Amino acid sequence: MTTVDATAAAANLVLAQRSRSLWRDAWARLIRNRAAVFGGVIVLLLIIAGLAAPLLAPYSPIKQDLRNSVKPPSMQHLLGTDVHGRDIFSRIIYGASYSLRIGFLGAFLAGLIGSVLGLISGFYGGLADLLIMRFMDILLAFPGLLLAIAIIAAIGPGLNNVIIAVAIFSVPTFTRVVRGSVLSVRQNEYIVAARTVGATDNRIMRLHLFPNILAPLIVLVTMRIATAILTAASLSFLGLGAQPPTPEWGAMLSDGRDYLVLAPHVAAFPGLAILLAVLGFNLLGDGLRDALDPRMRL
Amino acid sequence: MFTYLLRRLVIIIPTLIGVSIAVFLLLHMVPGDPARLMAGLDATQADVEMLRESLGLNRPLPEQYFMWLGNLLQGNMGRSTRTHNLVTYEIGLRLPATAQLTLVSIVIAVIIGLSAGIIAATRRNSAWDYTSMIVALLGICTPSFWLGLMLMWIFAVELRWLPTSGRGDWRHLVLPGITLGVGAAAIIARVTRSSLLEVLNQDYIRTAKAKGLREQVVIYRHALKNALIPVVTVIGLEFGFLLAGAVITETVFAYPGVGRLLVDSIAFRDYPMVQGILLILAAQFVLVNLLVDLLYAWLDPRIHYDNG
Repeated sequence: MTTVDATAAAANLVLAQRSRSLWRDAWARLIRNRAAVFGGVIVLLLIIAGLAAPLLAPYSPIKQDLRNSVKPPSMQHLLGTDVHGRDIFSRIIYGASYSLRIGFLGAFLAGLIGSVLGLISGFYGGLADLLIMRFMDILLAFPGLLLAIAIIAAIGPGLNNVIIAVAIFSVPTFTRVVRGSVLSVRQNEYIVAARTVGATDNRIMRLHLFPNILAPLIVLVTMRIATAILTAASLSFLGLGAQPPTPEWGAMLSDGRDYLVLAPHVAAFPGLAILLAVLGFNLLGDGLRDALDPRMRL
Repeated sequence: MFTYLLRRLVIIIPTLIGVSIAVFLLLHMVPGDPARLMAGLDATQADVEMLRESLGLNRPLPEQYFMWLGNLLQGNMGRSTRTHNLVTYEIGLRLPATAQLTLVSIVIAVIIGLSAGIIAATRRNSAWDYTSMIVALLGICTPSFWLGLMLMWIFAVELRWLPTSGRGDWRHLVLPGITLGVGAAAIIARVTRSSLLEVLNQDYIRTAKAKGLREQVVIYRHALKNALIPVVTVIGLEFGFLLAGAVITETVFAYPGVGRLLVDSIAFRDYPMVQGILLILAAQFVLVNLLVDLLYAWLDPRIHYDNG
């Protein structure tokens, strides 16, 4: 091999290494993390269950069969039946689609609203920042589930209202994280450079700020899906969320509590499903956090 | 310290005013006529009009708010539309039960959380460490209403060691206390572990070890003292969250506290009661946060009061 060839090969190698993007590095780190992979598998199974529920569920989730009321787990009914004789396994599979819809939509809506507010607050500062952050303080003054309960008290129970409630519940968290990230990114030279060459505020926010705060945002969305699922299930358990006969896990558990002596499995399995889903998204979120930025701690 | 306290108080006043506006608007965000909702379905039109007049619901919104706020500042939150008792009276009846449950659960959370965190940090990367952190993770992910029902099934229904529900002697507090405290215990364990690990890497700990002090003395007298500062903050914050978390636990165990009253009041559309409870719980949370801030500044001399 000539010297010229060797130099060209070395240059190609350097270029190939440089072209490995942040996302590929992050992916490599993520799949080395066993806990995150475990979480990812749970999430994947949930998505498959949610999407293919009509194919996977052996029975209808709402059709009653009173002759088979509160049957314990058996070969016919893997997880038993509830008081109306409905197959719990089928209801849990269908329930995955409800929980995922609430989780994804709730976290996505919160991420969207929170990102816009956080970008405006962090980028413009001043009065906009003051007003937005004071409003967030008011929302955060309602501890934990209380904000979601207050919203449901105002707009009424139901599945769509639960999505709105869990979204608003998560908006302050997104706004704070995005604002914090914007504050640290906006001092960078490339932002100053973009401004110097005459880029509009809108363009700077869309093309320069937003892509650079995407990593913490993805992590937060994943974590908040878990929170949204848990919050929605809590609301349904309290009778403020999904209404019967919807096979939502929290509502199923609420049904089951009246038959704890007779048939504890009616309450046990939907609770396990919620626990698994929340665990899956939390593990995946933790893994994504470590993979995207090992220094980052949300 | 006094100036710091004053400044913090000035900051929370706009938040409390904002909370009061949000809670006031709650009734007006409900679809439909608030007077009709509060009077109930069987009320005549004359009853509805009388209620509208007496509550001032026919006046402009800002005027209604200031009237409501004026009453609130005099300790008058109106009357429950369900029981017709004063809202403050009904809340006053149930608040001690909720406070008692919250105190029991925070004590349980601190005992479990601190012990698990210390064991995990001092036996880093051991089976103890992994087990306590896995249990802590499960504690965070477990829905409290499910945990409550499962504990009730095992210890009250099957073993018959403890009562299933209601309020009475100390035995009525065990299961609700554990149910409410587990999530907080998990968070306290995680924070204790990471804080203690950070402190154990400090130079003065190495010095203490180098001069031949026993491991126990180094951990409990030197390390834990400093490691506890963030833990105390978390305990304070968790206490604020627990009062709100009691909503679920009280519903599971039919425990006659403020949380259960809130859920019942929403079901019965008893809006003065809902407003009163939300206000009290939000105000306590803001005040607990203020106390935690002050405590943090007092515990850690590196935080200067003038930095706000």
